[in-house]
Amino acid sequence: MSVSFWIQLGLLVAAVGVTTPLLGGYMAKVYGNAEAPGDRVFLPVERLIYRICRVDPEREQRWTVYAFSVLAFSLVGILVLYAMQRLQTVLPMNPTAVPKVGEALSWNTAVSFVTNTNWQSYAGESTLSNFTQMTGLTVQNFVSAASGMAVMAALIRGLSRRRSRTIGNFWVDLVRSTLRILLPLMFVAGIVYVSQGVVQNFEGFTTVKTVEGRSQVIRQGPTASQEAAKMVGTNGGGFNNVNAANPLQNPTGFTDFFGLYLILMIPFALTFTYGKMVGDGRQGWVVFSVMLSFWLIAVIAAAAFETGGNPNLTRAGANQAVTSSQSGGNMEGKDIRNGPAECGLWAGSTTGTSNGATNCQHDSMTPLGGLVPMAHMKLGEVSPGGVGVGLNGLLILALLSVFIAGLMVGRTPEYMGKKIQASEVKLVVLYILAMPFAVLVGAGIAIVLPTVLNQSILNPGPHGLSEVLYAFASAGNNNGSAFAGITANTQFMNIALGVSMLIGRFFLIIPTLGIAGALARKDKVPPSAGTFPTGTPLFAGLVFGVTVIVAGLTFFPALALGPIVEHLSI
Amino acid sequence: MRRQLLPALLMMVIFTVLAGFVFPLVITGVAQLGFRDKADGSLVTVHGRAVGSKLIGQTFTEPKYFQGRPSAAGPAATGSDAPDPNHPANPVPNDPKDLTQVNSSGSNLGPTNPDLIHQVKARVVQYRRDNRLSAGVAVPVDAVTSSASGLDPHISVANARIQARRVARVRRLTAAKVQDLVDQFTNGPTLGVLGQPGVNVLELNLALDRLAPS
Repeated sequence: MSVSFWIQLGLLVAAVGVTTPLLGGYMAKVYGNAEAPGDRVFLPVERLIYRICRVDPEREQRWTVYAFSVLAFSLVGILVLYAMQRLQTVLPMNPTAVPKVGEALSWNTAVSFVTNTNWQSYAGESTLSNFTQMTGLTVQNFVSAASGMAVMAALIRGLSRRRSRTIGNFWVDLVRSTLRILLPLMFVAGIVYVSQGVVQNFEGFTTVKTVEGRSQVIRQGPTASQEAAKMVGTNGGGFNNVNAANPLQNPTGFTDFFGLYLILMIPFALTFTYGKMVGDGRQGWVVFSVMLSFWLIAVIAAAAFETGGNPNLTRAGANQAVTSSQSGGNMEGKDIRNGPAECGLWAGSTTGTSNGATNCQHDSMTPLGGLVPMAHMKLGEVSPGGVGVGLNGLLILALLSVFIAGLMVGRTPEYMGKKIQASEVKLVVLYILAMPFAVLVGAGIAIVLPTVLNQSILNPGPHGLSEVLYAFASAGNNNGSAFAGITANTQFMNIALGVSMLIGRFFLIIPTLGIAGALARKDKVPPSAGTFPTGTPLFAGLVFGVTVIVAGLTFFPALALGPIVEHLSI
Repeated sequence: MRRQLLPALLMMVIFTVLAGFVFPLVITGVAQLGFRDKADGSLVTVHGRAVGSKLIGQTFTEPKYFQGRPSAAGPAATGSDAPDPNHPANPVPNDPKDLTQVNSSGSNLGPTNPDLIHQVKARVVQYRRDNRLSAGVAVPVDAVTSSASGLDPHISVANARIQARRVARVRRLTAAKVQDLVDQFTNGPTLGVLGQPGVNVLELNLALDRLAPS
């Protein structure tokens, strides 16, 4: 593998390592009850918003009310986004005169952006108006991310409080996440993007006459603002069809690296926030190290397989050697500035964070290279996962791990001084089962339907199965990346993937809040000689193992029929 | 849940104003004041007329020009004459105003797809013929594979070196002169390490036209 890959990887780890304590510490104050930096600026704005929305910020919610607030806000979001797409012909800012979006596609896109999935069955440059992109999608890039962070704050409160009936106030967490964390970061990111050449205006198409006298159409529009929001909030829905592979959206080696850092920044930093809020930094670093291990394995493996190239291309007469004058490797579906190494870095990061933005075509990756992002999503988006929801996922897996450890030694398991009992474990199991259900049942139904076989699948053989499997893995994990050869803009796929996304979002959020509520009510038991310590490398290893076993047992058979068979046939 | 609907609705209104209007407007303001050319697509002009963007590739077919990478994007996006109607990702629209023509796109062909292998073989033969390479020579992979965006503005340095000999021949320039230009328009990696180096095809070809108008 190229030296430049290792240097970029090292820089990325260093950047994340530096900002994790800084940003993580700041976020802990945002979600805490004491004073936070910037109160003088933010507090008056927040009070005004609470007053307008008739919310009493002092009044905390029980977990059920908290959950209803999340659901109500998501419902409103889906309705608004659906209406906006159906009405984009009569709404302003439609310079490219796009028609209204179809019913099934509008449903899919509305659900997709509200659930922080950002799966795109459409091509942005030709389907949506500037208004829909800017006031519809960009808004959800903020608030769907903030909702995930709010739920995480509630779960941490559940773990750190004792004998409490409440877990915080959703509206307060939503407003503070948006104003104090996302908005400043997205603003800086947006300015960096425009300084590098990402398009930002309110135009439509610019048609130019090329050097050889043909006409070329260039899509303008508010791209940089959306790009910044979609990366910081681990959303992933691009302005253009090929997402971050489009040079107008991701023009240079620097923006490519910067984008990677943006999606990893908050999810990793939240582990420090967690350690801070539970008053034991080691707990945060345990979570951090598990996430980092999975992520490192994914990015290194994906980059290695892509740099290794596709034997079929060599046989056809192509030179895939890595030399000083070419990046080499499997260049089908990759641009020059983002070669196989950068593709691997992105493929591993975007699927670990539930972001889903891509800088190369996953569908054209080598069989094993494409296996990596698919398998990585199926771990449940915990490495490091989407903003907020990734940490939730890993904490749930930690609860499962202490339960399994407890079974092995025959003691009631404890986590953070809380006894983990039947009711919590039931919710944990519900959480663990919801995602595979959304993925495997959806893909299982889809793969036998003539509409999918005839209209949706592009590539023949096992790769066609991989396309369908990838699509449902992406929807069920709220990721949003794709084996993009699949034609997802059909009635069945739009509706089915929408349902899959809803299950993957709310059947995870509701049990999480239930667990938070149950844990908050409990008192803390002091650690005894029989307590399994959870701030140690041993526990990190246990969580790592449990995650691999749960995902492996669930998904290995399906993966064997898709990418693994394809690899053996190459 | 009904009691939560009113705050939900009001919050949505507030965030739509804040994130949907204020945020993009401020970014646009800064962009247009501070980075106007970049924010408007980095257009390249010749005699005051825009001929493309330096960030995205366009179709070149004449031997006197360096040629970019194969593209699976729609014809209007790349400025090519005719799309490949047989390509599933690239249907010829019935309605000429159909905007699906402008989409950026990769081929999305899988690594074992016979169509991909067939396409690559054909491109290898064509590339060897265009550049007078003998039959056994392996061709730089970027010259025979379609890019991720379909709009890749770059080719690899290895690819440019081979094409430089052809361009020098057609334009009656010395190989060293053309190679100098290739070096001049080799971009990146940023800061020496971020991303991969590539030769900007549009800028290189325009420089050639300035050097030796034909």
